[in-house]
Amino acid sequence: MSTTVEHLPGDSTPGQDQDRSASVRAMLKGADARRKRTDRGMTVMVYLAFALAMVPLISVSWTVLSNGIERFNLYFLTNSMRGVFGGIDAGGIYHAIVGTVQITLAAAVISVPIGILAAVYLVEYGRGLLARSVTFFVDVMTGIPSIVAGLFAYALFAVFFGPGIRMGIVGAVALSVLMIPVVVRSTEEMLKLVPNELREASYALGVPKWLTVVKVVLRTSVAGIVTGVMLSIARVIGETAPLLITVGVIDSINNNLFEGRMMTLPVYVYRQYQQGYVPCAADAADCISTINFDRAWAAALTLILIVMALNLLARLISRYFSPKLR
Amino acid sequence: MTTTAPPPAAPPAARRRRRRTTSDTGLSRVFRWLSTGAGALILLVLAAVAIFLLIEAWPAISAGGDELSARVSWFPEDANLVTFVGPLVFGTLLAAALALAIATPLAVGIALFISHYAPRRLASALGYVVDLLAAIPSVVYGLWGALTFAPLVYPVWDWLASTLGWFPLFAGPASQPPRVMLTVAVVLAAMILPIITAVCREVFLQTPRLHEEAALALGATRWEMVRTAVLPFARSGIVSASMLGLGRALGETMAVLMILSPGTLYSFAVLQAGQQQTIAANIAAQYPEAPPLGVSTLIATGLALFVITMAVNMAARAIVARRKDFSGAN
Repeated sequence: MSTTVEHLPGDSTPGQDQDRSASVRAMLKGADARRKRTDRGMTVMVYLAFALAMVPLISVSWTVLSNGIERFNLYFLTNSMRGVFGGIDAGGIYHAIVGTVQITLAAAVISVPIGILAAVYLVEYGRGLLARSVTFFVDVMTGIPSIVAGLFAYALFAVFFGPGIRMGIVGAVALSVLMIPVVVRSTEEMLKLVPNELREASYALGVPKWLTVVKVVLRTSVAGIVTGVMLSIARVIGETAPLLITVGVIDSINNNLFEGRMMTLPVYVYRQYQQGYVPCAADAADCISTINFDRAWAAALTLILIVMALNLLARLISRYFSPKLR
Repeated sequence: MTTTAPPPAAPPAARRRRRRTTSDTGLSRVFRWLSTGAGALILLVLAAVAIFLLIEAWPAISAGGDELSARVSWFPEDANLVTFVGPLVFGTLLAAALALAIATPLAVGIALFISHYAPRRLASALGYVVDLLAAIPSVVYGLWGALTFAPLVYPVWDWLASTLGWFPLFAGPASQPPRVMLTVAVVLAAMILPIITAVCREVFLQTPRLHEEAALALGATRWEMVRTAVLPFARSGIVSASMLGLGRALGETMAVLMILSPGTLYSFAVLQAGQQQTIAANIAAQYPEAPPLGVSTLIATGLALFVITMAVNMAARAIVARRKDFSGAN
């Protein structure tokens, strides 16, 4: 801005119209030179920032895909790690998929009703101090580190069942601590979108409040709520740390949430990575030195595919089933 | 409520009152209590987190340093719980601060690119891609960081150490393999980038159209429009977005656990291995084989992490709430 002032005195001499318009153009151009350079510079910076940030993100996707695709097959998906040792070319993730599905579903069963009811409370009933503090602490709760959630679940069960407890349900409780605030937030946003006229129309017909909430408000926003739930599942399904400390690791299939350790996909990835290279004898035929890393990449690919599928499904649901308000 | 006959002077009022009371009986009341209970349960859970962590951490808190080092193999000699947690807190804060310093400018740049620079059709697709990337699990980032990124990065770190070695942060020699804090910080930055970007983009898109057009009408270039109209409007949003990222980075376990070569020093040397460790990674590393008192010690460190993240989150909410009045959003 200040550059315009510098150019003004030189151009103030009276002259012909052409002269003046030329000088005005010169003034505008001269004044703009530095600002234009700044503008160009910042545009380049913004483009560069974008390009720079895309590098790791594309690299992650590409490495997982290219390293994981080789071992990603039906055998890998349908076999467990029981009896697999050393560098033998075997082993799969069936036990981890079983664990992930069960624990995540249990977490959803715990947190979805609580989350939706809490959101209903905030939108339909919430007044005063309790509502304000619930809103505030839901925000705070989204910031709980996942490992603290795991420690909490362990501590909760250790108080009642004694130390050293490892069960699938403990992991589910840990995940639901992380999941509840996400469900509350997204459901709350969706309930707020329901037009008040619908509620009033329902009341005018003499429908009691709870039936209005269930049959009108929740019914109208069901697509959005389902989307939010799917996204929250996608968020917790990749959590590793809380499951590592509450559910532990195991090589066999365990179908019982309430007894014994379970394997889950993210923990499986970590476990395989941690085991590292296998020392192979020089003449061993059936020994792959990088087998553990190969399995880790393939499991990571499976995990990413599940997360992406959940995300896409959520998008599709919200696109095709949400009510058209306008 | 009243069983006596209503006074003849005001029948409508009485009828209205009766109807209001009948609408809150039976199932309506049950439903109201249910949903209120769910709201209260959230507060209860948060309180329970603090209480149960405290209960399980109590044996370690009440035990002296000598007892801890005698009964827990990895607990250092002549230390107590505070001197044990100190370096871990330092490492956690260092990792998170570095990650945030790398990620925030980039995220603002990307968000600006998506909201104001990219062609519109490309922009919505990019926004979707960023949302998808936010969902990639942290263990995958850890795997990538340890197996793909770390082997590539040594020449750059070596160059940093030799040219900027006088600066305490980059004190050399750079370790090979680079299982160092700076590698961790870059991976953490890549992890929190999509989250910060997503929030920033939402805020940038909410800038009043009239503010932008007014700036352009006054002859501002595109960057000047961004600087005078978009950034001031979005400042509190940027702060809250980076606080969200900070919260993530503070609690991030797997990437640190899989990449960093741990140590317990108050050291700023982010290019050397075996200097720092974070609370979360330390818990995950020691937990599976810890004796009961060791578990208590780890839960005590987890309690410290909980307090730190709570403080950061509350500070962020307070900043946003205070700035909201002045941001020009209304």
